[in-house]
Amino acid sequence: MARIFALIPLVVALVFGGFFLWGLDPDRDPNNIPSVLISQPAPEFALPAVEGLDTPGFSRADLVGNDGPVIVNVFASWCVPCRAEHSVLTQLVEREGQRLFGINYKDKPPDATRWLAELGNPYEKIGSDIKGRAGIEWGISGVPETFIVGGDGTVLYRFVGPVVGEDAIATFRQALVQTGALKGGQGE
Amino acid sequence: MTPEIGHFALALTLAMAMVQSVLPIVGASRGNILWMHSARWSSIGQVFFASIAFFALMQAFITSDFTVKNVVENSHSLKPMLFKIAGTWGSHEGSLLLWVLILTVFGAAVSVFGTNIPDTLKARTLSVQAWVSVGFLTFMLFTSNPFDRVFPPPTDGQDLNPLLQDVGLAMHPPLLYFGYVGFSIVFSFAVAALIEGRIDAAWARWVRPWTLAAWMSLTAGIALGSWWAYYELGWGGWWFWDPVENVSFMPWLMGTALLHSAIVTEKRDAFKSWTILLAILTFALSLLGTFVVRSGLLTSVHAFAVDPQRGLYILGLLALSIGGSLTLFAWRAPLMEPGGLFKPISREAGLLVNNLILATATGVVLFGTLYPLFYEAMTGGDKLSVGPPFFNASFIPLMLPLVFVMGIGPFLSWKRADLQGVAQRLRLVALLTVLATLAIWYMTNGGPVLGYLSIFLALWLFFATLKEWALRVKLFDAPFAESRRRAANLPRSSYGMTLAHAGLAVAMFGFIGSTVWKSEQVVFVQPGDVVSIAGFDVTFEGVERVRGPNYFADRGTLTVNKEGRFITELFPERRIYPVAESSTTESAIRSTLIGDLYASIANPASEDASAQGAWTLRILYEPLVFFIWLGTAMLVLGGGLSLSDRRLRVGAPRRRAISASKMPAE
Repeated sequence: MARIFALIPLVVALVFGGFFLWGLDPDRDPNNIPSVLISQPAPEFALPAVEGLDTPGFSRADLVGNDGPVIVNVFASWCVPCRAEHSVLTQLVEREGQRLFGINYKDKPPDATRWLAELGNPYEKIGSDIKGRAGIEWGISGVPETFIVGGDGTVLYRFVGPVVGEDAIATFRQALVQTGALKGGQGE
Repeated sequence: MTPEIGHFALALTLAMAMVQSVLPIVGASRGNILWMHSARWSSIGQVFFASIAFFALMQAFITSDFTVKNVVENSHSLKPMLFKIAGTWGSHEGSLLLWVLILTVFGAAVSVFGTNIPDTLKARTLSVQAWVSVGFLTFMLFTSNPFDRVFPPPTDGQDLNPLLQDVGLAMHPPLLYFGYVGFSIVFSFAVAALIEGRIDAAWARWVRPWTLAAWMSLTAGIALGSWWAYYELGWGGWWFWDPVENVSFMPWLMGTALLHSAIVTEKRDAFKSWTILLAILTFALSLLGTFVVRSGLLTSVHAFAVDPQRGLYILGLLALSIGGSLTLFAWRAPLMEPGGLFKPISREAGLLVNNLILATATGVVLFGTLYPLFYEAMTGGDKLSVGPPFFNASFIPLMLPLVFVMGIGPFLSWKRADLQGVAQRLRLVALLTVLATLAIWYMTNGGPVLGYLSIFLALWLFFATLKEWALRVKLFDAPFAESRRRAANLPRSSYGMTLAHAGLAVAMFGFIGSTVWKSEQVVFVQPGDVVSIAGFDVTFEGVERVRGPNYFADRGTLTVNKEGRFITELFPERRIYPVAESSTTESAIRSTLIGDLYASIANPASEDASAQGAWTLRILYEPLVFFIWLGTAMLVLGGGLSLSDRRLRVGAPRRRAISASKMPAE
């Protein structure tokens, strides 16, 4: 009996060790927290157009009944990384024919208008989320964040932070390929 | 040149440790005195060379030698000197060097001061300690060399994480490591005893001072970290159940259990295998802490460089040390002869309850900390986090019965106690506790039941501890002179217990007060706005820009009034460190015995608001926080008193007849 008791600590330690070994897998990133929205229908929201901009407003209805996946990007003129990300998104729209929608998060309309005039406007529609209400619905943790939404309005993918730099762009392109928004083979 | 000397010294430390891991232990089994005694010189040699390495790195930090990669990544020429020095152990590599230095210090301390320990046990202990040294030294030399150079050297460094540029935090790692690593020598003693196959009362007495020293440092280290979080992070809390906090707390819980079970082994020759197991597990949990912090296994607000390769190496070390020692335990522990018997109501039984509760609590914290990992592994990638609600709901209900038993335990006699007699002696204490609780209930007008129950138990512990002391010195039962003589003659370990137990009660008041009766306000303010909290009227006067050595800051000015009378001014700051590209919160605290008024400012929510001079102001009133620091200081001091007891310094069993007046002056 005593022998069995004396073995228990060792057995417990081995079980723990097994979990640790699993946890050390270099592909595992504990900071990568998936969105609860994945494979859920996109949240309900309806945003007016940015005041002073020709681009129409953006609501949930725009995400339903599309032919293929579209990109939804949360941005703001006060967000410096967004500026860096802007050219990447523009290229995806202009060279690869992606459809891009924007949520202008907690931004002043004149600032946003000036920002888009300076950098160009790749967005099909932009919703002005001055109070950040839609941001809460989408569960964003900061700006920028980028989602891929399926043709039926299902959220397929979430990217936290700017899609800037080789690694981030490769990851995001891979997601586009996997969701069928982009034909495989390019760039990978 | 100096970095190379440091690197070379590190290699020499490893060479010495390798010799020490073989020679003494082989000598012990062959009865070769010379081989056994070689540990004395090799352990001193290890400290010597490890110190050279450590000071070589420190020199690189002090002189801002930017050819050393570690200095580039963690220092800056404009940083204040204190933080340049503290930067030595601010990084993964540097802290590992400190870890190794302390490891060798403990080894040498045992070989020099442990004159009463038998040669064979000492030789085996020092060899086991050298195994641990070898493990960490190879880890450092192969994966994390602090002396790596860069070429071409940059003109200036990248600065230490500003959050860490703080006096409290400069001292926090050394104390914590002293605790963690101090348990390594206890571990070595335990493994050596298992190899030798003999554990007796004397063994427990030899181990006790080292356990106490490690426990004291760990207590102080945790308290300092908690204090730092309290005033530096600007959230107004002192404990967040963050994984990294938990991994320092678990060895503390286990170590506390070990301190108490070792008493039973020493006095009654019982609980032998259990004490050995606790000694192994306490150090295992310390190693687990290092592993979790350095491997990126869990998400945490504290993080060292995340590197799975390093993680794999430490996991290997863990497997060898913990797996090896537990295998040895499974093999040898059943062979130990059982110790003294005792009745269900006795000092032993009380300490058994203490141990069971502390071990369960450790298990709960361990499970809660690692559950996200288990869950992710079992579900194949789903994630969740375990936060304060889990720990509050599971840990606190476990601790409350412990506090109740703590009040009674010291009254119980060894082997068999008279419960009725104890109850009689505690009658007055119970009455006093009830009255005091009612008084507090009357004064606080409202709060959760659990809050009052906790207050009740804290008071119970406090009064019972005082009563126990009063009984020992026969206060009021004998003439005052007699009581005074008795008080002077009580052994220091007895005072240590009284102080530490009372300290826990005092700290509990702080825990409870600042958790249950805390009030908090987060508001947007513009100059001239007044916020009312807990009877104080706080006026926001505005914010100005000030400059520090390697930062600039927005300093807010707050005027605090109470009922129209001026109380104080508070200056919370938001510091921006341009080199490290980050900012910190310096909260302003007005601390009094009954509560802390705590203010911090944060950047305004939008540019719009900032244009109008508006800021986010967080004001808290936390009653009794001061008692947390006072209580933990009492815990540490209690440990120190117990450590200075002559029983621990003299090898022979204690004799009652020796009076305190003959004790050497301290």
